[in-house]
Order: sequence, then C-alpha cells, then structure tokens
Amino acid sequence: MLAIFKREIRSYFLSPVAYVFIGAFFILAGMFFMTGNILSGYPNINGTLSTMQLVLTFITPILTMKLLADERKTRTDQLLLTSPVSLTGIVMGKFLAALFVFFVTVLISLIYVVILFIFGSPSVAELINNYLGFFLVGMSFIAISIFASSVTDSQIIAAIVGFASILSLWIIDWVGGAFSNRIISDIVGWLSIMKRSEDFANGILKPASILYYISFSAVFIFLTIRVIDKRRWSEG
Amino acid sequence: MIEIQNLTKKYGQIKAVNNLNFTVEKGEILGFLGPNGAGKSTTMNIITGFMPSTEGTVKVCGYDIAEEPKEVKRRIGYLPEIPPLYMDMTVKEYLDFVSELKMVDRSKRKGQMDDIMELVKVSDVRHRLIKNLSKGYKQRVGLAQALVGTPDVLILDEPTVGLDPKQIIEIRKLIKALGKQHTIILSSHILPEVSAVCERVVIINKGEIAAIDTPENLSKNFGSSSKFSVTIAGPKSSVVGAIKEIYGVMIVEAHIEKDNDVINYYIESTKEVDIRRPLFFAMAKAGYPILELKSMDMSLEDIFLQLTTDEKGVEQ
Repeated sequence: MLAIFKREIRSYFLSPVAYVFIGAFFILAGMFFMTGNILSGYPNINGTLSTMQLVLTFITPILTMKLLADERKTRTDQLLLTSPVSLTGIVMGKFLAALFVFFVTVLISLIYVVILFIFGSPSVAELINNYLGFFLVGMSFIAISIFASSVTDSQIIAAIVGFASILSLWIIDWVGGAFSNRIISDIVGWLSIMKRSEDFANGILKPASILYYISFSAVFIFLTIRVIDKRRWSEG
Repeated sequence: MIEIQNLTKKYGQIKAVNNLNFTVEKGEILGFLGPNGAGKSTTMNIITGFMPSTEGTVKVCGYDIAEEPKEVKRRIGYLPEIPPLYMDMTVKEYLDFVSELKMVDRSKRKGQMDDIMELVKVSDVRHRLIKNLSKGYKQRVGLAQALVGTPDVLILDEPTVGLDPKQIIEIRKLIKALGKQHTIILSSHILPEVSAVCERVVIINKGEIAAIDTPENLSKNFGSSSKFSVTIAGPKSSVVGAIKEIYGVMIVEAHIEKDNDVINYYIESTKEVDIRRPLFFAMAKAGYPILELKSMDMSLEDIFLQLTTDEKGVEQ
C-alpha cells in the first residue's frame, strides 16, 4: 500500500495534475475569500468553504480520474494485481494519495485563517469545525470519484462520471427540499451529504456526521474494490 | 513446482481454456505454443493470479493460487504480453517501485537492482524516462521487473515480441541462462524460439492441450511415417522399382530431375522400420550410387500446423 501511495504522490507532483488541482482551487478560493471575507468584512471562513465545496465538485474528478482508469488502459494493473499486495491495499494507497493532495491544499488555505486572525478575532473552535466539515466533504468526493475511475479505462469518462455523481449529491438535496411530504424530505435530507455539511458550517459538531462521512467514503472504497474484483472474474 | 489441474476458464459461454493439465518441474523451461487466441495469455493470467479460473486448480510451490494468492505472487515474476510500465518514471525509479511492491528486503534492494540491470543490460538507461526508451529497451525493463525479488518462477508472455533479431538472440540467451535458477514458462508463437530455448513444449489450440513433449520427441514421433529425400544416379524406372521392393516403403516419388539420370526421390516409409540401410544395399547391389540421403523429420512448424489447423500438414 505504501509503495502505491508513494508512487501516486510522486506522479501527482511530477505531472501537472496536482498543480492544476491546487491552482484551480486557489484561483477560485482567492476570489471567494476576497468578496466573501475581505470586502464584506466577514470574520468567519464558513461561507468561503461552503462555496468551495461547489468548486470541489468540478475539480475532484480531475484529481482522481487517472488513478484506476489509466492503470487499466496501460495494463499496469497486471503488475499491481500479480504483486503480493491486496486489492484493498491498492485502492487505499490511491485513495490516500488523492486525499493527501487535498490535505496539502487545505493546509495551504490556512493562510486565509491567518489573514482573518490578523484583522479580526474569529472563534477557533468554529474554525476547526468548519475545516473538519470541509475536509470530510472533500474526502467523500474523492471516494466517489475514485469509484468513477474504477468503472472505465478512459480518464475522460472517469472524470465525467465522477462529476455527474457528485453533482447528483447536490441534486438530492434540492429534490429533498421539493417534497411537501415531511417524511420523504427527511429521509432524503438524511441521505444528503450537503445538508450535513451545513451543520459543520454553522459550527455544530455532531459525531454522527463525522461517522456518516467516513462511512460514506468507506462504502465507495468498498464498491471500488468490488468493481475491480468483479472484473477479474468476467474479463480477459 | 507448478501443477495445473483441470484448469478451465469460461467467458460467458465461450471456453477460453478447457481442462488443461500439466506440471512444470523445478528448473525447467516450458514452452507454451499456440496460435493467437489459443488461450496462452489467459492461462498465464490465471497462473499469476491476475484472474481467477472458472474451474480447476493451480499450485505454485505447493501453494494454491485461489487460497494463498500472496504466497504464490511472492514467488512469481510475470512479464505480461504488454510490459506493465509506468511511462512517467525512470527505469531506476520504476524498478525501485517494483521491489517495494514485491516486498524485497530494503538491505538487499540496491545490490539486487544493480545485478538485474546489469543482467538485462539496462544499466546505461537507468536514469531515462521509460516513455523515451525504444521498444527493445522497454521489453528489457519489463523483463527486469519480472526478475525483481528473484522469484522461483518466471512467467514470460511472448518475451521477444517486437525486438530486432539481434536483441531476440540476446534475450533468448538470457532466458536460457535464467533457466538455471528459475522455473520458466514462456509463451510464443515463434517456433524456432521455442525449440531453441525450451526443454519441453505444450502446444495449445482452442484452449486445449494438443501435444506435450520435448521438441525432439515431438518432431520424431509426430506424423505416421518417416520421410526421406534421396538423390540417386540411375534410370528412373528401375530405381523406383528397386526402392518399392524394400520392406516398409509406402510412397516413392521422383521429385527433381537434376541431370539425365540423377534424380531426387521423395520416399515415405512406415515408422517402425528404418529403410536407410536396406536402401543402401539395394542400390549398391543394383549399381545405382546414392549421392545424397537425408531424413526429413517434421519441423516444429509442421507439427504445429498439423495440430492447430484442420488441414493436413503442409507437405514438403
């Protein structure tokens, strides 16, 4: 697993992928921080991070599209699957590599926090909570778009499927709101990963929500492993 | 070393591999021969654990691939048909990655890496990106990858494909040398390669074993008759008459007329008798000197064609 993690990290930072991801993130984050915090004099980061979740919808699939689709296309999956590494190890190595790039991005974005502290006095607990929620949402996006990368050998299709999957998570939220029936909208709301992120944005820490995001990611990692294993049986 | 029993692989209704049975002894180089689509790669992919079989078992060094895949994978080096190379890495980085993947001891890694690069002759390109290497070098890096961790078993799927003749000879030599320490299964559709390198040959066609033997035995035992090409000086009709009288001769044909009375004959006899001695004495007695006598064993090509096509073998 460690070997795969290290290889992917190397590959991310030697190819333009990581820089495109981080660059795109900060071009937009910079604009939102400028308008949302600096120009409007708002001392909390939550608004900017919430908007950045929308940006993640577009850029996360770019980060993960290569991970599994390209292994299949170049047939390097034959090396990985005939090495003494478990399938879980392979997928986790790749997942953690993508998560690491995202983590680095989040770390860099702490510069905004520094700016907020220079010009104001935001609540530390609330900030940590905001960032935790943002990171967990990003992690879920990575898990779902890695799954997208496992279903095809084309990077473009992987990116589009990933994007469509994440977008559908947003749409579930809107659909839930459209139901007049209270029970249905509650169920849909419970499924919605966006609704839960609002709690974090509002400074409410619910352990159930943390568990929810971790389980959400675990389910998609599991599905990814199943897809690859299933293909071993059916394809030649 | 490798035991394969009742191995069957189905893709839907199609049987890619049907009930294969064979074993490979320690230190043996086994050739795996068959036309394209015969099931060679499928079989290799199952042995290496890349894909599971529908039925049957594969055991490598006593470990079942379905039950203890890690133990098996630890002992196998695999060069697939398309070498699994990461184009964005240099040769050294790639081989380092593979040795980490194959859990080679950190202390042994460097020495082993140098040995392997020396052996397959990629030392001089170790710092170049794999994507910039020629096909021949890529193939060698693929082979180097299979050697990492000095596995007991090497599975090489068409290792010489795409190389130039000089490289092919080098790689063959290398494989022969490797055969001293490793058990090797090598697939190919190039027949001289198999007869040059392998100690035993499995001919596979439409997913089934058509023949399994040493290259020599295959060419000796195959076909129902022995064939000879003889050049004799003497009048055609009486020579043919004299040959036909020899016990065991089935067919005599005048092949090429070289001079007036120097004629090349094609003779087929039953396999049980060697007609060469009686032929000599018969011709000597009749006063027709034999200028040339050549036994025509079936080449591996003939056997291969006979086994893998419905037509009869190509006559010479």
